[in-house]
Amino acid sequence: MRLSAQEIAIERGGRRILSGVSFSARAGEALLLVGPNGSGKSSLLRAIAGFLPLAEGAFALEGGAPEAGIGEQAHYLGHADALKSALTAGENLAFWADALGGDSTRAAWMAALDQLGLAHVADFPVQALSAGQKRRVALARLLAAPRPIWLLDEPTTALDLAAQRRFALVMRAHLAAGGLILAATHAPLDLDGAARLSLGDVPAAGAAA
Amino acid sequence: MSKAVWGLFLREWRIASRVGGGASVGAVFFLILVAIMPFAVGPNLALLAQIGPAILWVAALLATLLGLDRLFQGDHDDGSLDVLVNSGLPLELTVLVKCAAHWAASSAPLAILSPLFGLMLGMDAGPLALVAVTLVAGTPALTMIGAIGAALTVSLKRGGLLMAVLVLPLTIPVLIFGVAAASAASGGVSPLAPPLIMLCALSLGAIALAPFAAAAALRHVRD
Repeated sequence: MRLSAQEIAIERGGRRILSGVSFSARAGEALLLVGPNGSGKSSLLRAIAGFLPLAEGAFALEGGAPEAGIGEQAHYLGHADALKSALTAGENLAFWADALGGDSTRAAWMAALDQLGLAHVADFPVQALSAGQKRRVALARLLAAPRPIWLLDEPTTALDLAAQRRFALVMRAHLAAGGLILAATHAPLDLDGAARLSLGDVPAAGAAA
Repeated sequence: MSKAVWGLFLREWRIASRVGGGASVGAVFFLILVAIMPFAVGPNLALLAQIGPAILWVAALLATLLGLDRLFQGDHDDGSLDVLVNSGLPLELTVLVKCAAHWAASSAPLAILSPLFGLMLGMDAGPLALVAVTLVAGTPALTMIGAIGAALTVSLKRGGLLMAVLVLPLTIPVLIFGVAAASAASGGVSPLAPPLIMLCALSLGAIALAPFAAAAALRHVRD
C-alpha cells in the first residue's frame, strides 16, 4: 500500500494555505507533518480524509480496497475526541466499532482500552473522565476497528508521559502490521525512522528532513 | 451494514433518553404549551374544543423543532460527524437513522401523550385516539423537514432560531393537512380519509427525499 500526493494546493476562506505539497508514504511507514501554527498541517490531514476540497493536485492510494475512498480506509483523529459524554467509554467504543466495521463485542473493545491502560474506566460515563483519559478513549477507537491508514492530528494532546509511551507502542505495532501513519505534531512521537514533511516557514532547527 | 445502522440507532436513542438528552424535555414542553392555551383563550370550553386539534398540532410542531436543532450539531461540535462521514455508511442513511431515532425518542411520545392533553382542552374523549393517529402519520414529515434545516445550520453556534425560521414555512402543508385530519377525526363534518392520506403522503415523501437534501447540506456546509 502506498499513499502519495502530487502538488497539493488547499484554499480556505479564499486564502491559499498550502501549495505544491508532495509526499509519498508506504505501508509500514510513518510521516510526521511538522510546521508552525497555521502552516496547514490539520488542513492537509482533513483533505486526505476527504473533508476539504483540493484546489490543485490529487491524492493517490495504491494497493488499497478499490471500491472505497481513502477516507473510508483511514481513521481520522482530529482535535475533538468524537466521544459522547452521556455514554460510557465502552458504549462509545462499541458504537464506533459497529459504525466503522470492527468487532463490537465487549472483549474486543476492552482489549483496545487495555492497550491504552484504561480498562478500569470502561463503564464510566465519558463526562466523568479527565481530558487525558478522554483522549486515550479516542485513541482506542483506532484499535476498535482495523483500518490501514491513520491520520492523527496532535494525537498526544493532554497525554501524560506514560500514556505517550503506551501510544508509541500502539503506533509501532500498527506500522509493524503494515499500517501507515500520517501525524501532525509538535511533540516528539517516539517513532524511529519516521519521515518528516515540513510545511510552511519552518525555522532551520526544525527543518531537518 | 445492518450492525452499523442498529448501532447508530441505539446510540442516538441512548443519548436522547439519558439526562439532558432532550427527549423528555420535548414532552414537557408540549404539555406546557397545551396547558397555557386555556389561559390565553379563556374559559370557553366549546371554543377550546373547536380549536383543540389546531393547538395540539402547533404544540407538536414546536416541540418537535425544539430538539431538532441539535440533531447534527452535537456530532459536529465533538468531531463525531467527521468519523461518521467516513464510516462506510452512506451519509443519507446516517441522516435517516438519526432522524428515525429522534422521532422514536421525541415525537412518538408526543403522539402517545396527545390524547391526555386533548382532554385538557375539553375535546371529546372518543376520537382522541384518531387525533393521535394523525400525529403519528404527520410528525415524521416534521422531523425530516427539520433535519434539512438542522443540516444547513450545523456549523452556526446559535443556529436554532435560524433553523426555525427556515423550517417553519416548509411545514405549512403538513400543518394544514394535519389540522384538517385532526379536526375531521374529532367530529368535524368533512371526511377523515383525504387529509390523512395526504398527511401519510407528505411523510413518505419527506422520508424519501429529505435525507438526500440534508446529506448534501452537511457535505457542503462543513468546512
